[in-house]
Amino acid sequence: MLTAILALTLLALIFGLLLGYASVKFKVEGDPIVEQIDKLLPQTQCGQCSYAGCRPYAEAIAAGEADINRCPPGGEATILALADLLDVEPKPLDEEVGTEKPKMLAVIDEDRCIGCTLCIQACPVDAILGAAKHMHTVIADECTGCELCIAPCPVDCIDMVRTTPNPTTWRWPDPEHITLQEKIEEEQA
Amino acid sequence: MTQQQLGSFPGGLKLPGHKKRSTQLPIRRMPISKRLVLPLQQHIGEAAVPIVEVGEKVLKGQRIARAEGHVSVCLHAPTSGVIKAIADHQVPHPSGLTAPCVMIETDGEDRWIERNPVPDFRSLSSHEIRQRVREAGIVGLGGAGFPSFIKLNPGVRHHVETLLINGAECEPYITCDDMIMRERAAGIIEGIEIMMFALRAKECVIAIEDNKPESISAMRFALTANKALSETTRIVIIPTKYPTGGEKQLIQVITGKEVPSKGLPIDIGIVCHNPGTAYAVGRAIRHGEPLLSRIVTVTGTDVTHAGNFETLFGTPIRELLEFCETKRQPDEPFIMGGPMMGYNLSGDDLPITKTSNCILAGVDEVAIASQPLPCIRCGECAVACPASLLPQQLYWYSRSKEFDKTEEYNLFDCIECGCCDYVCPSKIPLVSYFRFAKTEIMNQERERRKSDIARERHENRLARQERERVEKEERQKQRKAALAASKAAQKKAENTEAESTTEAAAVKEDN
Repeated sequence: MLTAILALTLLALIFGLLLGYASVKFKVEGDPIVEQIDKLLPQTQCGQCSYAGCRPYAEAIAAGEADINRCPPGGEATILALADLLDVEPKPLDEEVGTEKPKMLAVIDEDRCIGCTLCIQACPVDAILGAAKHMHTVIADECTGCELCIAPCPVDCIDMVRTTPNPTTWRWPDPEHITLQEKIEEEQA
Repeated sequence: MTQQQLGSFPGGLKLPGHKKRSTQLPIRRMPISKRLVLPLQQHIGEAAVPIVEVGEKVLKGQRIARAEGHVSVCLHAPTSGVIKAIADHQVPHPSGLTAPCVMIETDGEDRWIERNPVPDFRSLSSHEIRQRVREAGIVGLGGAGFPSFIKLNPGVRHHVETLLINGAECEPYITCDDMIMRERAAGIIEGIEIMMFALRAKECVIAIEDNKPESISAMRFALTANKALSETTRIVIIPTKYPTGGEKQLIQVITGKEVPSKGLPIDIGIVCHNPGTAYAVGRAIRHGEPLLSRIVTVTGTDVTHAGNFETLFGTPIRELLEFCETKRQPDEPFIMGGPMMGYNLSGDDLPITKTSNCILAGVDEVAIASQPLPCIRCGECAVACPASLLPQQLYWYSRSKEFDKTEEYNLFDCIECGCCDYVCPSKIPLVSYFRFAKTEIMNQERERRKSDIARERHENRLARQERERVEKEERQKQRKAALAASKAAQKKAENTEAESTTEAAAVKEDN
C-alpha cells in the first residue's frame, strides 16, 4: 500500500517536472494558427470584415470570435481555403459585409487633386505618393483596391477602375461556364 | 553513320498528315506590306522596350526595341520605313487582347542598315555568340518563342552532350520546318556548326520524321558537304507519330531517356533547337542579319493556293490569306498553329509574329461540335497521353477547382498536345480544362506574391506609425520635463531672491 502511494507520487513528481521543463523549453512564440489564417487572407486591409485589418480578423477567427465568411475581397476562394484549414463547413459570403467584386484599382484624377494628403494617410499599404499641396498619384502595382482612400477625399477625385488583364496575366476561361452559357443560349433559342 | 536503337514514348496517335497541300510549291516571298505591326512581346519573358520615336525613319534591320531583363530579346525593323505609332494593338493571342506594338509605314525601298557579318565564327567566344544571337532577336521558331541565346549557354552546372535539332514537325498541316530543311539545308548546317561551337556539345542529332524524305535527303547532302561537322553529327530518321515533335517526347525517342518532371532537357545533357532557329543563328552570325522574317505555312481546305511564305514580322494575316486566295469570309475565325495545339483567332488585322508557324483556314475532319457527355472513365485518355499523366483525374480536379490536387497529379507536365481530346468518346474538351487550371494556378501564385508584398507594406506602415507615436510621446515628455525644469529654476531664482532680500533686511535690522 505505502510503496504504491510512494511510487505513484514519485512518478507524478517526475512527469510534472518533465512537463514543466518542456513547457519552458519548447514554448511556441505567438499563435501559429493566426499566421496560417493571415496567409490565406488577401491582405487588402480594407476592414470590410469590421476588423482593423487582415491580421486582426485572422486573430478573431483563431479566437472563435468571427466567422470565416466575412471577407468580400477574398470571396469564395478564401472561404474555401479557410474552411479547409480550420476543418469547418464552408458557407456563403456574409451579405452584411458586402459582395465579391472583380479586382479594382484606385486612380486619382490628377487635374482635380488639391494635394490634401488625406488619402495618403488612409492608404493601409502606402501605395499613394505625394506631398501637401502637390498632386498625388497611386502606385498601381501596390494598390490592393481596398477603397479606403475614396471616403476621405474632399474633392471626390479618386475612382475605382477594373483592372484589365494583359496577355501575360490573362486566364483561360472556365470551360464549365462556357458550356453552361451555351446551354442557356440553346434554351433561349 | 550507325543506326542506333530508337526509344519511344507512351501513348501518342497516328494522324493523317495533310501536308501535301502546302508542299507543292517552293517557299515564296510575301510582298512587303504597306503597314507592319510589331508587338513588343513576341517571345517568352519580359517585353522589349522601344528605343525609337514616332516619326523616326528606320532602315531594314535597325534595332527598334531593346531587350529588358535577362529573359528577353531585341526587336528590329523588318524593312525600311517610318515609325507611325507606338500604341496598343490587337495581338495574335488566344485572349484577343491588345498589347503595346510599334507600327511602321514601309517605304518599299527595303534599304538595309550596315550589317556586321563574322565570316569566321571561331574568332568569337561562346559568350559573344550568345550576345549576338540575343541582339539579333532570335527566339525558338518552333512555336513557343523562348529566347534562343539562353539555350546556347553551355552552363556551369551542366555539361551539354547532345545538340538535338527537332525536325519532327509532327502536327498535321504544318510544313514550314519541312520546307526550310528542303530548301535551306546548307544554311541550317551552318547554324548548327555555330550552335555546336557555342554549346561545346559533343555530338549533334538531327531528327526528322520518315514522312519527309525530301528533307532527309537535302539535309544529308548538305551535311556530307561539311566534312568536319559530319563526324559529330548524324541524321536520325524517326517514325511518324504525334506528338514526336514535343521536346521531351523527341528526347525519349532519340535517347530512350526521360526528362525529369519539372526538369529541363539540359538536366540530362541535351539542348533542343528547331531547324528554323538554327538557320536564323547562321544568318545572324555569318551574315549579320537579325531575325526579320519567318516561314509561315498557309493551308487548310478554304485556301486555294496553299504553301509556305517567307513573311516579314508585322505583316497583317489578312494580306497573307488574300495572297493565297481563300474561300473564307472576312473576319471568319482561323487557326493559329496546327489543328491539335493551335488556337482560334479572329480579327483580320492581326500581325504575323516570331511564333506564327501556321495559318490554318478550314480543316478536313471537323469534329462535330456537340455538348460533351459525362466522363465514363474509360481510360482512353490515359492510354493516349504521351506524358504518362491521368487526364481523367486531372479533368475531375480541374472541374471541381481542386487545383492543389491537379498539381499533385503533375498538371504542369501536360504539354497540351490534345491527344486526350482526340480519343475521348464523350468529346470532353480536356485540354481546355487543363489550360484553365494552369492559368488559374499561375494567377493564384501571382496573387499570393502580391498579398505577401501588401502584408509587408502594411506591417511596415504600422511599425512606422508606432515609432512615430513613441517618438512624439518622447518629445512631449522631454518638453514637459524641460518646462518643469525651467519652472523649478524660476522658482529657485525667486526663492533665492526672496531669501537675499530677507537676509538683507535682517542685516539692516542688525544694524
